[in-house]
Amino acid sequence: MSQPASLTWLASHEFRLGWRDWTSLITAGGRTRARTAAIALIIFVVFMHLFAFWTVASYANVNLATDTAALVGITGSLVLSWSLLLSQAMESVTRAFYSRSDLDLILTSPASARKVFAVRMGRIAAAAIAIAVLLAAPFINVLALLGGSRWLAAYGVVATMGAVATAAALSLTIALFRIMGAKRTRLIAQIVAAVIGAAFVIGLQIAAIFSAGSLSRFAALQSDWMLAHAPDTGSAIWWPAHAVLGDYAALGAVMFFGIGALVAAIALFSRRFGEHAVAAAGVSSATVRQLRWSLGFRRRSQGRVLRHKEWALLRRDPWLISQTLMQILYLLPPALLLWITFHDGNDSFLVLIPVVVMAAGQLAGGLAWLSISGEDAPDLVATAPITSRRILMAKVEAVIGMISLIFAPIVVVLTLDAAYAGILCGLGVLSAAAAATIVQLCFRVQARRSQFRRRQTSSRLATFAEAFSSIAWAATTALAAAQTWAALGTAAVAFGILAGVWLISPSRASR
Amino acid sequence: MNQQNYPIALALRGISKRFDRPAVDALDLTVYGGEFYALVGPNGAGKTTTLRMVVGLLRPDAGLICIDGIDALSDPVAAKQITAWLSDEPMIYDKLTPYEYLEFVAGLWRIEPAAAEARARELIGWLGLEPHAHERCEGFSKGMRQKVALAGALVHDPKLIILDEPLTGLDAGTARQVKDVLRARVRAGGTVIMTTHILEVAERMADRIGVIAGGRLIAEGTLDDLRRQTGKTATSLEDTFLMLVAEQAAAA
Repeated sequence: MSQPASLTWLASHEFRLGWRDWTSLITAGGRTRARTAAIALIIFVVFMHLFAFWTVASYANVNLATDTAALVGITGSLVLSWSLLLSQAMESVTRAFYSRSDLDLILTSPASARKVFAVRMGRIAAAAIAIAVLLAAPFINVLALLGGSRWLAAYGVVATMGAVATAAALSLTIALFRIMGAKRTRLIAQIVAAVIGAAFVIGLQIAAIFSAGSLSRFAALQSDWMLAHAPDTGSAIWWPAHAVLGDYAALGAVMFFGIGALVAAIALFSRRFGEHAVAAAGVSSATVRQLRWSLGFRRRSQGRVLRHKEWALLRRDPWLISQTLMQILYLLPPALLLWITFHDGNDSFLVLIPVVVMAAGQLAGGLAWLSISGEDAPDLVATAPITSRRILMAKVEAVIGMISLIFAPIVVVLTLDAAYAGILCGLGVLSAAAAATIVQLCFRVQARRSQFRRRQTSSRLATFAEAFSSIAWAATTALAAAQTWAALGTAAVAFGILAGVWLISPSRASR
Repeated sequence: MNQQNYPIALALRGISKRFDRPAVDALDLTVYGGEFYALVGPNGAGKTTTLRMVVGLLRPDAGLICIDGIDALSDPVAAKQITAWLSDEPMIYDKLTPYEYLEFVAGLWRIEPAAAEARARELIGWLGLEPHAHERCEGFSKGMRQKVALAGALVHDPKLIILDEPLTGLDAGTARQVKDVLRARVRAGGTVIMTTHILEVAERMADRIGVIAGGRLIAEGTLDDLRRQTGKTATSLEDTFLMLVAEQAAAA
């Protein structure tokens, strides 16, 4: 057994906490759900392997070693994935700074705070590496099965990406702390994380729009300009790509760099991490004065009072805005494509419409959860002299109102360009938003708004229903815009999802 | 107070609620207008469940709830219009200021804006919230949050105020302010029903005390009435309460 308060002892404690967090995330806290979760996990793993087979099987036996286009493609994909890992790691690091949980106990104990925080950083890195490896595993397994064991080297690259992402996240967040201070870092780090997560994808899409007029991420990576400006195949920049393709020397160099970066970051920042965590602890007592634009209480209907409250709470919560920012950011490329097609007069809106409808559905799902389930004063609202039906209506109106406000500019411009497509897009946005709201109504729970991050794990059924409903409405709108009868089929699927949701909804069962 | 001179503010008849086991068991309770009524009992006795049924947060399995003559189960909106609820954990919105919170509550209760604002200003001053009236509640201490919630409960001028452990976790100064506000409310003709574990508070503030155990009202009356029920007249409320609960446990 390891010595109490030693690095290994602390690491085993962190591992136990991490494992329990993970299992409760998977089983939603219920022991009886463990079996169901295991079955769902197996189905998911099989599905991911089939998906991987469909997408990467054709690359398994190709010799890509000296092909610049392939190196650009692989490196671009790695950077794309890494940006998402970095985004997640920044979220984790920020959360570790601001979450109080056991910090008081740790900082008042005689254990070395430096050791504790070094282990905690290690836990963040382990989580990032585990997520990266788990997500990449189906693709690597398929490639290795069909193309030989050389592809297994990709596991090393992926794990290194997780380690480097954590090192970069630690450096970035601590730099933000030093520059911005404890009060602003939480918000800014989360916005930066959201932007990093979306920026690379969006940047590539914007480049693709200008170069090829499509939303494909790979069009830009394979463009003549990119290939002409790429370094030659011997450059160190391609080492990760070479490593993925089974070059063990490159793999060794990449892993040495990655692990070295992580160890250096932990050694360098473990002491500062504690200082910044203490500084972050004082942030919650900060006061914000609210300016009044008008004096006096205003006369409003009960519904308007509730809608106004929902909008005010959302507007004033930058953390929640940053959590939903990603979906809004993804609208930038479609908006740009719309702007270009508006001038060119071609039919690219067929690509644009499903993206917009899908984004509307996903954004509405988040807003609906906040409005319907994330009520911080449920007793107050429930004891007010207003029927529960009217309360729910007001909350739904708040969601649909906000979605309308966000998507109206795109729909209006599209309508000016192509009236039929514009009207369809508007209907699609409203349908997807209404469907996502209905899903949230059926699966409503009582929660605090601060639990927003966990909404997707509290009900996986709701999460999947929301996603499939958005996809079905996006497909319906796109097919209707293309004037094909197949739209009726996808519309039937969309309604079928809602019917299924209604049938299995806990709120119906509890009636 | 002479109960015969006052109308009934709250009448519970045969109220029952069962979760895994009976939480409230055919409970009868009458509280008169202008009365300060304290409900005491051991943990899990059914106090909070009873009050949550009264304010419409739980639906009883059986029984009747009448608030100021209104059947709260068949016309909950009318009953809620004259009732206020305050729990031990103040539920307010972190991103709203006390002033905005009171405006929101007044809007929900459809109170005339000018009257509601005057009342809000009065309550803000009364509870010493003036310096923080336009600050967001997110940095407030538990005591300040409880004061904001109390102001919210009073801004619509309810006839019946129901409080569940309102003094838990408050410092002496804040607790005194809350008690003063509640006393003033009763003097002005309002009815207050409060659960508390602090028996001293019940002893000093309440006109009548109800002792609840195992989901049933096992004793009720003034402190002297309760003492008489135990047969020992010179004991404190704490001793009286413990004897009553022990008797009930033995009988069960």
